[in-house]
Amino acid sequence: MDFYLGLIQIIGVHTLLGLSAYCVLLTGQVSLAQAGFFAIGAYVAGMLTVLAQWPLIPALAVAAVVSGAVACAVGFPALRVKGLMLVVATVAFGEAVRLFFFNFTYQVQAGALHLGPHGAEGFRQIRYFPEHGWSTLDVMLFIWTVVVLVMAGLWWLDRSRVGAVLRAVGEDELAAQSVGINITAVKVSAMTVGGLIAGIGGGIFAHYTTHIEHAQFGVVLATFAIAYPILGGLSNVFGTLLAAIFIQGFLIEGLRFMGDWRNLLFGGLIVLAMNVRPRGLLDAGTVRALKRLFAPGKERSGA
Amino acid sequence: MLELKEISKHFGGVRAVDGVDLGVGRGEILALIGPNGSGKSTIVNLICGLFPLTAGRVLLGGTDISDMPMHVRVTAGVARTFQNIRLFGQLTVWQNLWVAQNSGEQRRQNFGRRWFGGSRGARDEIERTLEFFDLAHKSNELAASLAFGEQRRLEFARALSAKPALLLLDEPAAGMNAEEIDQLDNRIRRVRDDGVTVLLIEHHMELVMSIADRIAVLNFGRKIAEGTPAEVQANPLVREAYLGTPEAA
Repeated sequence: MDFYLGLIQIIGVHTLLGLSAYCVLLTGQVSLAQAGFFAIGAYVAGMLTVLAQWPLIPALAVAAVVSGAVACAVGFPALRVKGLMLVVATVAFGEAVRLFFFNFTYQVQAGALHLGPHGAEGFRQIRYFPEHGWSTLDVMLFIWTVVVLVMAGLWWLDRSRVGAVLRAVGEDELAAQSVGINITAVKVSAMTVGGLIAGIGGGIFAHYTTHIEHAQFGVVLATFAIAYPILGGLSNVFGTLLAAIFIQGFLIEGLRFMGDWRNLLFGGLIVLAMNVRPRGLLDAGTVRALKRLFAPGKERSGA
Repeated sequence: MLELKEISKHFGGVRAVDGVDLGVGRGEILALIGPNGSGKSTIVNLICGLFPLTAGRVLLGGTDISDMPMHVRVTAGVARTFQNIRLFGQLTVWQNLWVAQNSGEQRRQNFGRRWFGGSRGARDEIERTLEFFDLAHKSNELAASLAFGEQRRLEFARALSAKPALLLLDEPAAGMNAEEIDQLDNRIRRVRDDGVTVLLIEHHMELVMSIADRIAVLNFGRKIAEGTPAEVQANPLVREAYLGTPEAA
């Protein structure tokens, strides 16, 4: 049972990571920096609960704010470059963050134990959940409450004018400027919101694994982050959720018996999905078809 | 309303626009014509701020807008359409107009409420614009799914969404049939009657002669003539620019 609960936890955290990339991707920017923001959130939240003895929720809030602030600061220079150059710039940032934590040591003596990040060895003993008597089920429910809240927030944002503006920038930056949209402000805001969400996700991740280290936050994690919204499609947040369930639940865990071959399958699947459904699993057409199925007549009157 | 003072744009050695002076009065329709490559589109791009001037100033209602970024000029009252249509294809017709409501007044109106469905006034404005352009029945369609003529109308509508004082139309009649051009003629007049100043680039001479109050003619980045349609038609320099010199023929 715990195996499945653990799996559901992983899916939840990865959904948050995917949603953070979703925000940025809406404006047409491919960012591989999300793993870096995730790492910052993980270390900040972990240090606050372990070293400063903070309760979890304020620690997560501060982790989100710190990640968001870093994302905002990185956004200004990074978003001056486009396309492939942006990918390179954000990979560089992600690696810089990883290497920072590879070298970062800040330990405090607590009885017989040394607590805190310890360079390459990582940050052990983030034991907030066991110390406060949370069961695996409690943790799972907590994670999914956060996921649902974030998804609801993004869903609402998507339907507001803000969502339309983000998509307009993603489609045609020149046309967006020509109708009076400040594209730098929009892109940096999207990056900041993405950083906030990644920070929350990272903070939660640190607490359920209890042990984090630099190697967990490499390019592979960054690739997962953008794979979810790309595979799931950008028409709404559920695409990202579906993709996270599919990749983490089915490809990574479900096909564990295939050993290393599943990595090959993962790459193959992305290529296949891009060819068969270039706009993602849940594209606008599918959404319309589903709407028509569940609310016949309503859609037709608009047509 | 709009004053161009000695504006130039050089791309490397190419003088796309070379010291053009031009004034457009409030509520006037001025047509900018000239052979291909004469610098018409470049002038539109300079007025809307797509790229910086090499020399000269652009004044809108007496205010120097030469150094403003493109999106700020929209708030200042400049809107445009593109020669090759540039809609937000994956947004609905409604959303295309919604994201374009960026005038200062609209921002104040929509602030706060824009997080929800947009203010009442903003919605009414979009509905009126859609009616005017005969697109109300397509409100929920994706822009990319519209027919060509509808896309042209939507782009025109989008340019009007921010309530511009000056409208730059870059070949709005390209690819349209006679009936559509008639409707376009009618709409441009009505927009002008609402107090919008129009700068029109167009190759379709029937349309130009019909609606322009004045015409300016460009050739090789310079203004070679300016005047009423009748004056311009009679100008020998203009005939030469379009048809070539008698010797060359």
